[in-house]
Amino acid sequence: MIKTLARSIRDAALPAIFTPIFMLAEAFCEVCIPTVMKYMIDKGINVGDMDNVVKYGVMLLIFTVASMFFGITAGITASRASSRFARNLRWDMYGNIQQFTFSSIDKFSPASLVTRLTTDVNRVQMAFQMLTRITFRAPAMLIFAFVFSFRTSPKLSMTFLYAIPFLVIVLAIIIKKAFPIFDKTFKAYDDLNECVEENVSGIRVVKSFVQEEHEISKFQAISDKIFGLFMKAERTVSFNAPAMQIAVYGCIIAISWTGAHAIVASGNAEPGLTVGGLTSLFTYTMQILMSLMMLSMIFVMLTMSKASADRVAEVLREGCDINDGERNLTELKDGSIEFKNVCFKYSDTAESNALDHISVRINSGETIGIIGGTGSSKSTFVQMIPRLYDTTEGEVLVGGENVRDYNLEALRNNVAMVLQKNTLFSGSIYENIRWGDENASDEDVQRVCRLACADEFIQKFPDKYETHIEQGGSNVSGGQKQRLCIARALLKHPKILILDDSTSAVDTHTDAMIRKAFREEIPNTTKIIIAQRVSSVEDADKIIVLDSGKIADMGTHDELYARGGIYKEIYDQQTKGSEDDA
Amino acid sequence: MPNSNSHGGRPPRGAKVSMKFDKKTIKRLMSYLKPYKWQMLVVVICVLLTAGSSVMSQLFIKTLTDDYILPMVGADNPDYGGLLRTLIGMGVLFLAGAAAAYFNAWIMAKVSQGVLKTVRNDMFSHMQSLPISYFDTHSHGDVMSFYTNDADAMQQMLSQAIPQVISSGVTIIAVFCSMLSLSVWLTLIVVAFLFVILLITAAIAKKSGAYFVKQQHSTADVNGYIEEMINGQKVVKIFCHEEKAMSDFDGKNVELCENTYRANANANVLMPLNNCLGYFLYVILAVVGGTMAIKGVMNVHCFGVNVLSLGAIVSFLQLSRSFIGPIGQVSQQLNSVAMAMAGAERIFTLIDEQSETDDGYVTLVNAKRDENGELVETNERTHLWAWKHPHSADGSVTYTELKGDIVLDDVDFGYVPEKTVLHNIDIFAKPGQKVAFVGATGAGKTTITNLINRFYDIADGKIRYDGININKIKKADLRHSLGVVLQDVNLFTGTVMDNLRYGKPDATDEECIAAAKLANADSFIRMLPQGYNTVLKGDGSGLSQGQRQLIPIARAAVADPPVMILDEATSSIDTRTEAIVQAGMDALMKGRTVFVIAHRLSTVRNSDVIMVLEQGHIIERGPHEKLIAEKGQYYRLYTGAFELE
Repeated sequence: MIKTLARSIRDAALPAIFTPIFMLAEAFCEVCIPTVMKYMIDKGINVGDMDNVVKYGVMLLIFTVASMFFGITAGITASRASSRFARNLRWDMYGNIQQFTFSSIDKFSPASLVTRLTTDVNRVQMAFQMLTRITFRAPAMLIFAFVFSFRTSPKLSMTFLYAIPFLVIVLAIIIKKAFPIFDKTFKAYDDLNECVEENVSGIRVVKSFVQEEHEISKFQAISDKIFGLFMKAERTVSFNAPAMQIAVYGCIIAISWTGAHAIVASGNAEPGLTVGGLTSLFTYTMQILMSLMMLSMIFVMLTMSKASADRVAEVLREGCDINDGERNLTELKDGSIEFKNVCFKYSDTAESNALDHISVRINSGETIGIIGGTGSSKSTFVQMIPRLYDTTEGEVLVGGENVRDYNLEALRNNVAMVLQKNTLFSGSIYENIRWGDENASDEDVQRVCRLACADEFIQKFPDKYETHIEQGGSNVSGGQKQRLCIARALLKHPKILILDDSTSAVDTHTDAMIRKAFREEIPNTTKIIIAQRVSSVEDADKIIVLDSGKIADMGTHDELYARGGIYKEIYDQQTKGSEDDA
Repeated sequence: MPNSNSHGGRPPRGAKVSMKFDKKTIKRLMSYLKPYKWQMLVVVICVLLTAGSSVMSQLFIKTLTDDYILPMVGADNPDYGGLLRTLIGMGVLFLAGAAAAYFNAWIMAKVSQGVLKTVRNDMFSHMQSLPISYFDTHSHGDVMSFYTNDADAMQQMLSQAIPQVISSGVTIIAVFCSMLSLSVWLTLIVVAFLFVILLITAAIAKKSGAYFVKQQHSTADVNGYIEEMINGQKVVKIFCHEEKAMSDFDGKNVELCENTYRANANANVLMPLNNCLGYFLYVILAVVGGTMAIKGVMNVHCFGVNVLSLGAIVSFLQLSRSFIGPIGQVSQQLNSVAMAMAGAERIFTLIDEQSETDDGYVTLVNAKRDENGELVETNERTHLWAWKHPHSADGSVTYTELKGDIVLDDVDFGYVPEKTVLHNIDIFAKPGQKVAFVGATGAGKTTITNLINRFYDIADGKIRYDGININKIKKADLRHSLGVVLQDVNLFTGTVMDNLRYGKPDATDEECIAAAKLANADSFIRMLPQGYNTVLKGDGSGLSQGQRQLIPIARAAVADPPVMILDEATSSIDTRTEAIVQAGMDALMKGRTVFVIAHRLSTVRNSDVIMVLEQGHIIERGPHEKLIAEKGQYYRLYTGAFELE
């Protein structure tokens, strides 16, 4: 995980390296300060020597200004490093997602990818900043402070040898005991959020069934559970502050007692212990024990952000198993398609094949209709053609060549597909349609829109082709959206055009007009049409009937109807009534 | 619906951090703390003890040096007895302080978690009472963030900021008093310096705050972009738009990086600067104090006048450190307090939202017929239900049998008063009849059904259920008598059985299984890993679209109401599967008054009456054959010459 993330450090490395260096310098100054203060007290104030007070005062100011300088610089480099690191992570993740195969997109789900790119990256960024700033500073501070206190008084410094292990052990026990409980608490939080989410989106169901009370008691149970877990964790965590205080005060008392003896013995004069020395030892006590506290805090923080780091690394590590073919063919001879005994499974562990021994030949320029029930793998079938998935067995040939031999971009530019769950992006209609071809002229765009019967409604918009489409195309109706998506695909001038249930919201008349335009305007393009509505495929050259991943039947409308079976069943069911009445 | 599930795309909330708090918000927060007043008292005592022992440890240096060490230096036979006794006394005080620290942390956690629990429960309970219109006008993401962001901010404040501020405050006051007890002059210097520190802190906080706002904006920008593109990732791929997508992302990503950097860098300046200023003060005090001591300037302290002792200066210097430290800590907490107050304010707006009102007094009761064939109320579980209608005028009670007769009489409705979306709607549904609504999206089909179960209240006209104006019926009872199956399937985390039983918690397993069979769901449920006990997670995401749609149908069948509303209940199922479900649907509809909304006209053909809606008006009504014969809008729709949606 660390190795994967480390690859994204790049230009964050320099500030990331400087941060601990500045931090070390800052820690050093911080540790020097009590010693200078000691001199100021011993040689200045205690003996009433104002010259020394001023002299050491100036020295003290130098150290504090230096400490401030290093502290601020480290703060700046740390934010530089962490913001760059986060930027690189987002860039790398986003870049890798662009290379994702359809199976990877399905595996992660868009919602989870969004969370990983946003919330998780933020957590990693925070952790990284902590890491560069404090991970080095705290132990350094501890060591420096210990060394300085040892210089002041070796004997008194021995106190820390008891206090440090005491605090370390107590903190370790607290972390060990509390951590699993916190882990459970986070899971309970997830349950709570899920409960709210379900209720917000299902509020009509809750109210319809008058289950408000039931939902409230469910929510309160989770709420109680969180409270209980927290209190359980808190019983342990609350030892944090008192443990620290006992360590600090224990040291102060011990140092006071032994220190008093030492000062009396030395007569409050160097090289023995002095009053100033004693004061500085008190400060060192704080510095040493605070560093320990910091370390335990960092440990907890880093452990908590590990889950996020793992999720980020998962996206970065996701390999791409669909790459350009070795032969890297860039030209498609024609729009012919052949499936040779194709089997496909969505995952290795899946029990049954989504496509089961499919063999079919489609000639260039033909119009093919595909029909079948939900889950009959219609979409899977067509997604093999632009190589959105790789076959598990068998091969798919396009233009007489195996799809695996093509340059992917060339293949996909020649195979236009209108997806079932389609998306328009925020931007004008022009911008959206030009996804098909960035350099298309306005006339080109309008031509394909006419082909897709989209021009008629676009002309009715006040801004016509400049009309702004909202995110997800929420300001156009379902049928309009589908027609825009068809136009967008047509602009690619593809050799193969696939419509995956793309006219379901379009009325039958317009649907027929679009198909007529296809026949007349792009006769050489192979057209594959998946539809629920039989009327959309009735006039195709060939209709493929799919049932649970197998080809149940294939032929023209008349042949299939004559043979009976699923096709006739669907046809009759959809047309009964209208024939007797119309 | 105007709801969207976008969490990342919405503009940042709480971006603006203001230090002006609404007094009302503070008052309400305090009211949540009221049940814990004894605990809070203990906390305050504990904080006093903890802070006291901390201040004592600072002052102790003076006693140690002035009273014990220095007098003993040079003494022939130093007596450590006094020191020992003092140290033991200090030890006891420190132990008490540590114990207080423990109880402080523990009780404070209890209080803060307790308050949070109450706030959450209040929020949720209140949310359940809100009218549907609230959910129409607030995005899911916004509602969710009350429970996440805003509650988190409040927790942060209660569990960290408040204890921190209290303890810092106590320390500051104690140290201040101690300083006064040593020297008024030096204390004045400290106070003067404090103003300088506060001014500088405020200036920096303001600057970094501005950058944080910028950071929030570019975060929202990047999140919005990511959300849109990732959701359309498959389209990006089939159009080979990867590089374009990367170059657009680059600009936003770099901008976010810059703003994050500036915001954090500015915030990181604060601590070292404060620290440094603290030392400046230290040096100034040393020089002034030392000069005063040497020159023998008369020192004023609250116990009188004397010459400043060296020990006193040393102590004072220590105290000045303890004085500046907590001030830095408090200023660090201010941001979190401001965010929490903003969060609390938002939470309170949710809690203050107007609940659904219910003035209904007609209730649904189990009934049976007495010897005379009259309806009487009973506690038995009969299958006969009756509306219990108390008349306030003469105190009498009448019982009307629940049959499922629904009448809409000249109903007008608008979501907002200015804009009527339904006009003069008249509908008569006799018990057992099937009434279908057909029309384009936005014609008002779903709106009508939402009026029947009173998700919305009508503006004009009357709706009667078994002859009773539905405004008189208690909402819960009205809704109990109506079954609803919606297009959007909402399942709840829990077993399949729990989900089936949702509308009737006391239904037996047998009843649920029978209902599942009716809806044709039994066979696939049995194929699930644990059958009816399979736990559905994440809105039943493990099920296929068709399977998911069957569960609400079975769920409605378990509830067994006399009136059913089927709003696009089968639209996600393909026609072939629908044909299989149809048998179940027909069985479900039998003997009930049914309102059907369907996109697919084959679903509504056999209705007793079909209403064709256009822009809130019923433009055609009648059975299928009649409408076809009229060759009107329905005919055009049916023959596919007109586009729905």
